[in-house]
Amino acid sequence: MIRMLRQLGGARVAFIVGLAMLAAACAKNPMDGAGQALGSAPPGSPQEFIVSVGDRVFFESDQSDLSSQAQATLDKQAQWLNHYAKYTFTIEGHADERGTREYNIALGARRAQSVRDYLVGRGVDANRMRTISYGKERPVAVCNDISCWSQNRRAVTVLNSTGS
Amino acid sequence: MTELIRPGFGGLPIGRRGLITGAGALAGVGLLTRPAAAVLKLDVTQGTVQPLPIAISEFVGGGSPQDIEAGKGVSQIISADLRRSGLFAPIDPAAFVEKITNPDASPRFQDWRVINAQALVTGRVTRQGDGRVKAEFRLWDVFAGQQLIGQQYFTQPENWRRVAHIIADAIYERLTGEKGYFDTRIVFVDESGPKEKRIKRLAIMDQDGANVTYLTRGDDLVLTPRFSPTSQEITYMSYGKGEPRVYLLNIENGQREVVGNFPNMSFSPRFAPDGQRVILSLQQGSNANIFVMDLRSKATTRLTDTPAIDTAPCYSPDGTQICFESDRGGTQQIYVMNPDGSNQHRISFGQGRYSTPVWSPRGDVIAFTKQTGSGFAIGIMRPDGQGERILTEGYHNEGPTFAPNGRVIMFFRDPGGAAGPQLYTVDVTGYNEQRVPTPSYASDPAWSPLRS
Repeated sequence: MIRMLRQLGGARVAFIVGLAMLAAACAKNPMDGAGQALGSAPPGSPQEFIVSVGDRVFFESDQSDLSSQAQATLDKQAQWLNHYAKYTFTIEGHADERGTREYNIALGARRAQSVRDYLVGRGVDANRMRTISYGKERPVAVCNDISCWSQNRRAVTVLNSTGS
Repeated sequence: MTELIRPGFGGLPIGRRGLITGAGALAGVGLLTRPAAAVLKLDVTQGTVQPLPIAISEFVGGGSPQDIEAGKGVSQIISADLRRSGLFAPIDPAAFVEKITNPDASPRFQDWRVINAQALVTGRVTRQGDGRVKAEFRLWDVFAGQQLIGQQYFTQPENWRRVAHIIADAIYERLTGEKGYFDTRIVFVDESGPKEKRIKRLAIMDQDGANVTYLTRGDDLVLTPRFSPTSQEITYMSYGKGEPRVYLLNIENGQREVVGNFPNMSFSPRFAPDGQRVILSLQQGSNANIFVMDLRSKATTRLTDTPAIDTAPCYSPDGTQICFESDRGGTQQIYVMNPDGSNQHRISFGQGRYSTPVWSPRGDVIAFTKQTGSGFAIGIMRPDGQGERILTEGYHNEGPTFAPNGRVIMFFRDPGGAAGPQLYTVDVTGYNEQRVPTPSYASDPAWSPLRS
């Protein structure tokens, strides 16, 4: 006996309504070192760079352009880095989680490159810096809304710890 | 007729070859009451398929208590494989009327008809004098009263799960006319720890989630592992001490090597269908371009050269085309090109961003991740960009990979926040979505070819 198991209709498209982006309680990570009182860090120290200069800039979604605020931060970074020329450093590019993995790796690289180019343009020696992208792999703020994503779309200038 | 099964292996620790040495056909004992062309066949060409009721009797233990346990296990794995496929509805053994005690004898078909079993599987597991295990099975067409297949396999005891998957594949193929996908594995990224400091390890497991083995220790961040179509190797991206790079890892002996001698970060690797080349992205300043490297000659060829992010390349199964994503037009979209980089043309034109294209082993469709305002979906379209269908949607679904028969897609789903991703499967029809069990959070799955 043959059992033909034909069914109605052709291919169905399964739609699952997208989850609402709940404004979940957001575990915001403060910037590294932000707990320290301004001005308390020794001049020329990595702490001063983080606290007084600002070690990071932020980006709009899917963008690598530097905002005027980011440029202001990088101007201060360049001034400080030119003054304390003993430091080598790494520019880390990051993306938020609202992108696919491979693209975000390249997007983080693009952001790091933007910062690199800007600092070089402000006279910082290119030989002192390297770039790396972490894509969406290393968020600093963890939640399901823009308050976190906007903190994660960043490029961080990380001084090599020895300062030599 | 004897069909040789390619030797497999039991995963790491290394060098443990599985030795499923051969499959022999068992002589039919059923009554031939109708021509061969009229046998039981499940029509899987429709969008939805009513699952075929099938009875999988407990495999008879050949002698020892171990055999009895193994027999139970084999039956359960076959049943679980067929149920997960969505094409079969294994009948609860509590409803069985006949207890199979001699799998060499013809079953009492009437006893299986009354519980509406369309097909019946019987079998036996017997430990051999040399320590190997013999597993034999017969597949019966209950209403025709006819044997459809009968085969036996010999293997080392630790490979008993694999034998069960091979039997499930044989049943699947005989009843659907399509190759199965149960004797396969998944390489993926195991995730643990808080999201800000997630530890990622390469891991490999059977397609049903059993036999998880870790391939890296978690010291280095690892991403996007992909199987070789021809050897026991994977290619993946790893962050080590220096520049993040694409590596090859032999999963039998643990040997690792860098792919190419690129000055900058390389990422998003995938093997060509011949297994002799790896295609990948190379970061060059603000841009990522696609290159292919011949693994033997080490010759590297540039395929794209645009001021854009060109990444996630994947060959068509016949090697005549490559799909990839690029934001050269402003946002991520899917493009197709020839293997020499010529004729680059965009194929995705719907609303939203399209990424992570992967070509079906059947060649007929390309699966992708699609990002819209509301979330991330998994879909498929034809290689000419027509016939787009969304298979699953939600907050974040990403990274499709095809089962070797092209019927099932695995991907990862991340709920966002502090939680982590899990693996899921969905049929190319959009039906039969199921979570794949993993020990921890899991992402970036890649499906192996059939092992035998």
